[in-house]
Amino acid sequence: MTYAKPAFRHPDSKTNEVGCTRRDYEGGLSTLCAGCGHDSISAAIIDACFELSIEPHRVAKLSGIGCSSKTPAYFLSGSHSFNSVHGRMPSVATGANVANRDLIYIGVSGDGDTASIGMGQFAHVMRRNLNMTYIVENNGCYGLTKGQDSATMDTDSVSKKGDINPYMPIDLVRLGIEVGATFVGRSFSGDKAQLVPLIKAALSHRGFALLDVISPCVTFNNHQGSTKSYANFREHNEAMPVDFVPRREAITTSYDAGMVQEVCLHDGSVLRLQKVNNEYNIEDAQSALDAIAHHTKQDRILTGLLYINRDSEELHDVLQTASKPLNTLTQRDLCPGSRFLDSINAGLR
Amino acid sequence: MQPKESINDFVIKFANVNGTGSASANGMFAKAIFRMGIPVSPRNIFPSNIQGLPTWYEVRVSQDGYLGRRGGIDMMVSVNPQSFAKDVSEVEPGGYMVYDTTKPLDLRHVRRDVNYLGIPLTEMCLREYTDSRQRQLFKNVIYVGALAALLNIDFAILKDLVREQFKGKEKLITPNIHALEMGHQYASTHFTCPLGIHLKAGEQTPKHIEEFDQILMDGNTATALGAVYAGATVAAWYPITPSTSVVDAFEKYCRRLRIDPGTGKKNYAIVQAEDELSAMGMVIGANWNGARAFTATSGPGISLMSEFLGLAYFAEVPAVLVDVQRAGPSTGMPTRTQQSDIFAAAYASHGDTKHVLLFPATPAECFSMTVEAFDLAERLQTPIIMMSDLDLGMNEWMSPPLEFDDNYRYDRGKVLTGEELEAMTERFGRYLDVDGDGIPYRTYPGAHPTKGAYFTRGSSRDEYAAYTEDGDVYVRNMDRLLQKFETAKSLVPEAKIKMAEAPTKDALLFFGTTASPAYEALEMLEKEGIHLDTLRLRSFPFTQEVEDFIEAHDRIFVIEQNRDGQMRRLLLNETNVEANAKLVSVVEYDGLPVTARKIATVIRGHLGVNNVTPLVPQEKETA
Repeated sequence: MTYAKPAFRHPDSKTNEVGCTRRDYEGGLSTLCAGCGHDSISAAIIDACFELSIEPHRVAKLSGIGCSSKTPAYFLSGSHSFNSVHGRMPSVATGANVANRDLIYIGVSGDGDTASIGMGQFAHVMRRNLNMTYIVENNGCYGLTKGQDSATMDTDSVSKKGDINPYMPIDLVRLGIEVGATFVGRSFSGDKAQLVPLIKAALSHRGFALLDVISPCVTFNNHQGSTKSYANFREHNEAMPVDFVPRREAITTSYDAGMVQEVCLHDGSVLRLQKVNNEYNIEDAQSALDAIAHHTKQDRILTGLLYINRDSEELHDVLQTASKPLNTLTQRDLCPGSRFLDSINAGLR
Repeated sequence: MQPKESINDFVIKFANVNGTGSASANGMFAKAIFRMGIPVSPRNIFPSNIQGLPTWYEVRVSQDGYLGRRGGIDMMVSVNPQSFAKDVSEVEPGGYMVYDTTKPLDLRHVRRDVNYLGIPLTEMCLREYTDSRQRQLFKNVIYVGALAALLNIDFAILKDLVREQFKGKEKLITPNIHALEMGHQYASTHFTCPLGIHLKAGEQTPKHIEEFDQILMDGNTATALGAVYAGATVAAWYPITPSTSVVDAFEKYCRRLRIDPGTGKKNYAIVQAEDELSAMGMVIGANWNGARAFTATSGPGISLMSEFLGLAYFAEVPAVLVDVQRAGPSTGMPTRTQQSDIFAAAYASHGDTKHVLLFPATPAECFSMTVEAFDLAERLQTPIIMMSDLDLGMNEWMSPPLEFDDNYRYDRGKVLTGEELEAMTERFGRYLDVDGDGIPYRTYPGAHPTKGAYFTRGSSRDEYAAYTEDGDVYVRNMDRLLQKFETAKSLVPEAKIKMAEAPTKDALLFFGTTASPAYEALEMLEKEGIHLDTLRLRSFPFTQEVEDFIEAHDRIFVIEQNRDGQMRRLLLNETNVEANAKLVSVVEYDGLPVTARKIATVIRGHLGVNNVTPLVPQEKETA
């Protein structure tokens, strides 16, 4: 095992439109367990940001507490990051975004951070349709405290200790669609081909993009009997392939024509999706909820882009804030001066 | 009993039913006295209820300009049979009781030492109006008209106030003035007007007011205006009495001042959060990103925000929090005042945490201290908690006009810009104490393409913001935070010290809304030959002059509005003087603002001055 990243860069490393190599999107060395699904997600975020040619310093990374929430240290070291308190990342992200609408906000959370302690904030940030990408690294358990079940753990899933989970799981994607997330996807840390385009699409979406990424915990939740193990998830994954086509590029991927839906995103890029059936309209919330429920019933887990609303109003539209970020306004813009105070005083006499 | 006599110095209390429109009529009554140039301080004593429960409005008239509660009631305007028994018992002997004669008085509670002034309020309304809501609303206006005759209020001023109040709803002006006239006429015909207690305009200038160029304003509005002047662009909040009107007023002023004329878009954002946790999180997120952001809350909110206050303290993120205190613990008495969040605020959150507190005592200070709070938050990179209370925040106070120096410039603290980062040759360390004052430099996200990015976290980190569990590095950081708190002492508002005319070793120490009645008590005691120095605290951490003051006195009465003497304990905890025996706790915590008489009585007791007659002899008699 290495403890330091080599500084060497290959002179022929591919650069993107903003002159950065993939290495410019990396972070510190991960301290998570070897084989942790979260590291694959970090790698997918790195790929997505590199391929989208996002300038690292235009990104703000936010997280809560837990294994997942440590990961912002492992990608985009050129971005500011805010590792906040347990379950409270959504509010910090909201404040940050309200103050500066020009940055790209990536939130990383876990199933404990999101579905238990942070449930309230999670639901409300979706209601507000905050313009951000919110990735849940969902492994069904609390890793840092040694493997307790989380609220996304499926009923009857067996813990490492052998206990059977008696409680109903909270399905984050269904909740997201219900309360107002405008881009809802589910993916698997082990399916890079699906995950990277989904993250790119989420980053290109204007509004709240939720990605529930099943990310097995190799230490506490990867055994037989667990529904969130690599093996079990691979077996039950009903993956809908996703192809992200940036602006101005031709669409080359070919899918079975009848089941393909093309979605043009706000920034001009196009998402090309292969659906599980023809009736499924991913721009219709009820259709999405039906498809998810149908697959759950069949003991299948539907992954891919599940729902999108392209024409929603994000929080800044609702608040009618000026296009110039609030954090750039100066005293001259903001302070009314003593003359106005005279009129206030006059009204109070 | 001889009716009370007093010009421009008395206390009137209105006993009403909540939700019947009495508040605006009572407010008009107080404002009319204010317009006459006579010092007045009105207070709403209201229930946590929307409609139906008893509510009171106490108006202190004081020629000398005392704005705190005096204690005792000289006239009760009793419009609520529910609370009649209690109301009548509060009137001082010789005082007056204005009541509605439509229904017979409950004779069990009638006292002989009180003068009754019956007005058939309900009957007059039934005769005059057909609509039931009008019958209820105009009852209030009629008694204000009657009081104008009884107390000698300038009737022209009342009419002006009606016209101002109903500007835009002109058809309501005539009926309101008519109701005032009905009351006025009834009182003039049936009683000898004015009464022994009454008003007289043009008396000498009030003793404690330099010039009668005053405004009448509540503390929450002044706080909101302070936030506007400080350049706050983000307010995140969760509604809670008695702080709600801070954000309401902020929004009102922003709508006037912060709309971009070209686009109609807003140069501010107000987010109503799902709870106080979230409100504080938003404030921290916005400040982290370089916008000035604040929240306003009360005790229960402080409890919830404590988690985030700890984060902001440790991660060194500026934040401004206005705590409009109410009576706790738990839900306590949501519509009653107290100064009982001192400990909760000073040490909010787990671990070794301390916060900078400000203690405004007047609306003018709410305004100026809020402006100052944003500078302090950014200069010190830490939360600043402004400790207002319900009495200051929700009641209207007479105050000198608000002032703002146009030459003043915001202090945005130690922030490295993109250009400064570009020019830097050394490595940027977010938590490096470059200047030796414990305050490091920060950067805003997105400031520079390759320099200045750092990891903000609530976990232990080194000078370069890298995670660490190294004990020495942790201790170094914690000690720097303490040093920063020391630096704060040179930046926070200093205490106000007033020395007695004669040398003394005894003193009073107080803060916030306790100041007004304390200064009045001081003068009561001075008249009796008791001299006391005073210190009004305006901030925590305590500055050097606070320690010197304690050092210089043998006995210091710490007056505060909570049960446990929280400020006294904070002084013992946070000063380097041996003061346990010196600091004597004087507390009031019944939820109503402490009165001058109460303070004076307790101090007399401590000083062993017992030859003073009781203040309110309760010689209640049954008729």
